[in-house]
Amino acid sequence: MKRTVFFGALTVAGMAASMASAATLDDVKARGSLNCGVTTGLVGFASPDANGVWTGFDVGVCRAVAAAIFGDPTAVEFVPTTGKTRFTALASGEIDVLARNTTWTFSRDVDLKFEFTGINYYDGQGFMVPRELGVSSAKDLDGATVCIQTGTTTELNLADFFRSNNISYEPVPIETNAEAQQQYLAGACDVYTTDASGLAATRASFENPGDHVLLPEIISKEPLGPLVRHGDSDWGDIVRWTLNALIAAEELGVTSANVADMAAAPTDNPEVNRLLGTEGELGAMLGLEANWAANAIAAGGNYGELFEKNIGENTPIGLARGLNAQWTDGGLIYSPPFR
Amino acid sequence: MTSITDPPQGSFRLSMLINDTRYRSLTFQAIAAILLALSIWYLGNNLIQNLRQAGLNISYSFLGSPAGYDINQTLVEYDSQSTHSRAALVGVLNTLLVAFLACATATVFGVLAGVLRLSNNWLVRKLMAVYVEIFRNIPVLIWIIIIFTIMTAVMPAPRAFRGENPEATMLFDAFAVTNRGIYIPAPIWGPGSMVVVLTFLASIASIFFYRRYATKTLYDTGRLLPTFWPSVGLFFVPVIVMFFVMGQPISLDYPVLGGFNFAGGLQLGAPLIALWFALSIYTGAFIAENVRAGIQAVSKGQSEAAGALGLRSGRIMSLVVLPQALRVIIPPLISQYLNITKNSSLAIAVGYADVTATLGGITLNQTGRAIECVLLLMLFYLTISLTISAVMNFYNNSVKLKER
Amino acid sequence: MSDVHAHSVAFVRTETLPELPPPAAETGVLKWIRENLFATVPNAILTIVSIYVVYAILSGVLPWIFNGVWDASSLAECREILNGTSGACFAVLAERWPQLIFGLSYPADSYWRPALAFFLLFFAAAPVMFFDLPRKLLLFTAIYPFIAYWLIWGGTIMVPLVALVGFVAGYLVYQRLVTNSFAAGFFGGVAAAFVVWYIGGLLIPDDASDTAMLTAVPSRDLGGFMLNLMLGVTCVSLSIPIGIVLALGRQSSMPLIKWICVVFIEFIRGVPLITLLFVASVMLAYFFPPESTVDLFLRVVIMITMFSAAYIAEVIRGGLAALPKGQYEAADSLGLDYAQAMRLIILPQALKISIPGIVNIAVGLFKDTVLVSVISMFDILGFIRGPLLSSTEWNGVYWELLGFAALLFFVTCYGISQYSQWLERRLATDHR
Repeated sequence: MKRTVFFGALTVAGMAASMASAATLDDVKARGSLNCGVTTGLVGFASPDANGVWTGFDVGVCRAVAAAIFGDPTAVEFVPTTGKTRFTALASGEIDVLARNTTWTFSRDVDLKFEFTGINYYDGQGFMVPRELGVSSAKDLDGATVCIQTGTTTELNLADFFRSNNISYEPVPIETNAEAQQQYLAGACDVYTTDASGLAATRASFENPGDHVLLPEIISKEPLGPLVRHGDSDWGDIVRWTLNALIAAEELGVTSANVADMAAAPTDNPEVNRLLGTEGELGAMLGLEANWAANAIAAGGNYGELFEKNIGENTPIGLARGLNAQWTDGGLIYSPPFR
Repeated sequence: MTSITDPPQGSFRLSMLINDTRYRSLTFQAIAAILLALSIWYLGNNLIQNLRQAGLNISYSFLGSPAGYDINQTLVEYDSQSTHSRAALVGVLNTLLVAFLACATATVFGVLAGVLRLSNNWLVRKLMAVYVEIFRNIPVLIWIIIIFTIMTAVMPAPRAFRGENPEATMLFDAFAVTNRGIYIPAPIWGPGSMVVVLTFLASIASIFFYRRYATKTLYDTGRLLPTFWPSVGLFFVPVIVMFFVMGQPISLDYPVLGGFNFAGGLQLGAPLIALWFALSIYTGAFIAENVRAGIQAVSKGQSEAAGALGLRSGRIMSLVVLPQALRVIIPPLISQYLNITKNSSLAIAVGYADVTATLGGITLNQTGRAIECVLLLMLFYLTISLTISAVMNFYNNSVKLKER
Repeated sequence: MSDVHAHSVAFVRTETLPELPPPAAETGVLKWIRENLFATVPNAILTIVSIYVVYAILSGVLPWIFNGVWDASSLAECREILNGTSGACFAVLAERWPQLIFGLSYPADSYWRPALAFFLLFFAAAPVMFFDLPRKLLLFTAIYPFIAYWLIWGGTIMVPLVALVGFVAGYLVYQRLVTNSFAAGFFGGVAAAFVVWYIGGLLIPDDASDTAMLTAVPSRDLGGFMLNLMLGVTCVSLSIPIGIVLALGRQSSMPLIKWICVVFIEFIRGVPLITLLFVASVMLAYFFPPESTVDLFLRVVIMITMFSAAYIAEVIRGGLAALPKGQYEAADSLGLDYAQAMRLIILPQALKISIPGIVNIAVGLFKDTVLVSVISMFDILGFIRGPLLSSTEWNGVYWELLGFAALLFFVTCYGISQYSQWLERRLATDHR
């Protein structure tokens, strides 16, 4: 039902615009691609490369969902959104899933009527300062000028932190990460604060990363995850269990390298079989093919592979797994059982 | 049409609704009214259905809840526990502040550039033409970003003022120009300072009345009273005398480098300065063109006549040409002021907390109340614009009356 | 005088002296410099100050430009090559210029399509901009939108074809009926066009775009300077007819219609474009039927068109007001009805006066299209501020990119404003 823009303008709106029925899955299938909301550019999580191909950790989740539905990880349209436009884009149906390092909070879930389908990254807000300032704790920052990326929960956390510690600061709200970085490097602010992962990514791109330190305080919980609209639980299930499949795959040792072999014939492990569709009917219950999870894993690898490839220690961003290790390794990443 | 009366019609026929000019306009208006009502109903119905489907509602109660975020430049008292409506008020005042400042400086830039574009000096003329063309033909958003980037990159950071051999020093130990903004001494109003201020106002008023008296004497008797020195005297002497009589009630609070920043004094934040400067220099280019057109609209005979009367060229400009040119200049000038006010909404690009950045930015993001915030925002700008247009119409009418 | 004294002087020169050359200070370059640069003392000071300003700017900028690095793969490499000297890193332009022009996601093997559309734009615009060209060329202008649409968006050719056939059908019906009454012709034409579109819409198979000659490009993939140009051209051309209607409505004697137009125009002119873009990005989606989604490009086009229509309406209203009252009375006395009078007498003259004003609005609007970067569209500025500056390779290259964007806008806008001035001079001679 993909008709064109001008035609929509010329004829009556209903004729040309793509019809969205109650079931998001049917829409996506009819459209032939998944519309996925991402940031306008945050290296490691979602950014387009020189050829215009989007890569990153959040992008990997979108590609996995697309692969689970179509078997094709490229059947995704990436819609860049800002902090301002992301929620309306999701609520109005412009995008099917928002994977834009969005913090799961009570009011977003309940008041804005969104459904968070899980957590793909446990983050927290941190501070970065130049080493020469000699600051070792965020509590020493009384009177500092702080650069914040606007339109996120960081503004609220920051206000709360300074208020509860009874110290003062001067906020400099900046639209994009690149501009905040420029301000910080020029010394227009003493401190840059955002999610710790973003700080690491930003510091990695500096000329001399060693001149800047991340302070030990993490002042907030920032569980980041993909979200969908309220009211279509079937669709929410697909996104939720695709993410869970990636997590479970790491736990069960299914990787992009061996997923084809393991999915070809039943293995000794029944949970792997159920996950990869060689046993049971989990795919049909979701309304997808039996090999949905195998496709999702083959798209970019399991959770661990996605992490290592995009933001792990061997990338310029260089994040340790930390909280985002599997629960078996002392982290918080944990998938409910596939049965 | 009225002289030839239509033959008396016995009865009203339906076709008269289309063919009779008496009824046709009624028909059209009825159709328009129906179409208008239908489209409003259609859009409203869609809105209600969409909101119901998404489980949302329209409510302004968020305005009363705590905003939770801080703002760096506020004209009224504000902290993170204040309400969203208070944050919006801070934004409104900041918008008005930057619009006011930019209008003032844009006028100065514009008049200077406009007059210089007509200068005898070839180089100056060409330079001003380059200024006008460069600024008029590049989007203001790009200018705002460029100027903000220049400010951040070129001006010293506060830490450059530190150490044994600082790279940057304060001007007169009172002004600090940094890439976070400009710090200037702030006056502290002690007890009795009101008297000094009142004296100052009184002396301004007396200068005004003295000048009126001098002009009247000149016209009535032809006697030229000195105006310059008495004015200067009236301006300074009473205030200084009163300042010492009251025991120096006003002192200055100088900015001092302490901790991370300069403390004390008055801070004009870098976003404010960048936005202010970008808006004034951009709009100045447009005003320059208006001024030039206005001056050229005054016929050459006027300045020749003034020259024949023996006036010097500066006086020709200020007494003969500019007063006449003003009539042509002022209406487009006011619409440029309107543009400044509207363009100040681009403050979000540099992080200045105007109303678009607070109400239409952070509040919108935090509460997710997009429809409510955008409506309030439009209402605010509409009010400002209509007020300025009303002033403009009033001025236009008063100028017209004088002309005749 | 000399006659009076001639007889009292002993010697009178009878032949003329050879002409002396004028004093050195009164001729050539020296005279020009003295008169134009150093006429008076303040003037001389101004000159010296200006020369210093020019020197200061050029001495800073020129080495930076000439020292520029054109061949590197990242900012770090640029810095290495420059080795501490001041110089620009133009390598970012060399590597990313196609994306700056055509946008991030436009398929690279299809760049020729928008380029061709842009090239054809000159031919389409020429007959509108220059009155001396043969009027037959307007035919190309009329079909240009359909060609450009097909080139840029691709997909099945049936869509623009059906749209074109609809317009042609509408026009034919209008021509046939307009002799009776304008209203009949207008509404008949509109109805005919809609019938054709409806039937055509049913005829086009849903999968036609998949097998089309030109691959379909979703409007979300449009970007870069091309997006600015497209928004500018589309919105201005769409808003001219709406602006005319609004201007006529504002002059109308029917209070209700006048009131609607006044409220619309003053409302749009009273709010900044950026709030209208917020409406497009966060509000407008709620006003469409619940089961449909309209993509962001179209929503932005709707809002910018409304914005420029209000401004153009005011310009045209000025043109209408500038016409002598005699023209209106002459039309009335010929017995023309309102539609005829407007179409045949008033509007052709009023529009001609308004063209320079409309061009100015168009330039302003074209500059304002960079505001779409604020609502996360990747036009040239959005692309620079978003993906480009956040990429690991080019993080920190500001001046080169902003300067490039500024240069593109300057060339385009300056060109149009020069045309506008030429036009003003030409139109001025017509009226004297």
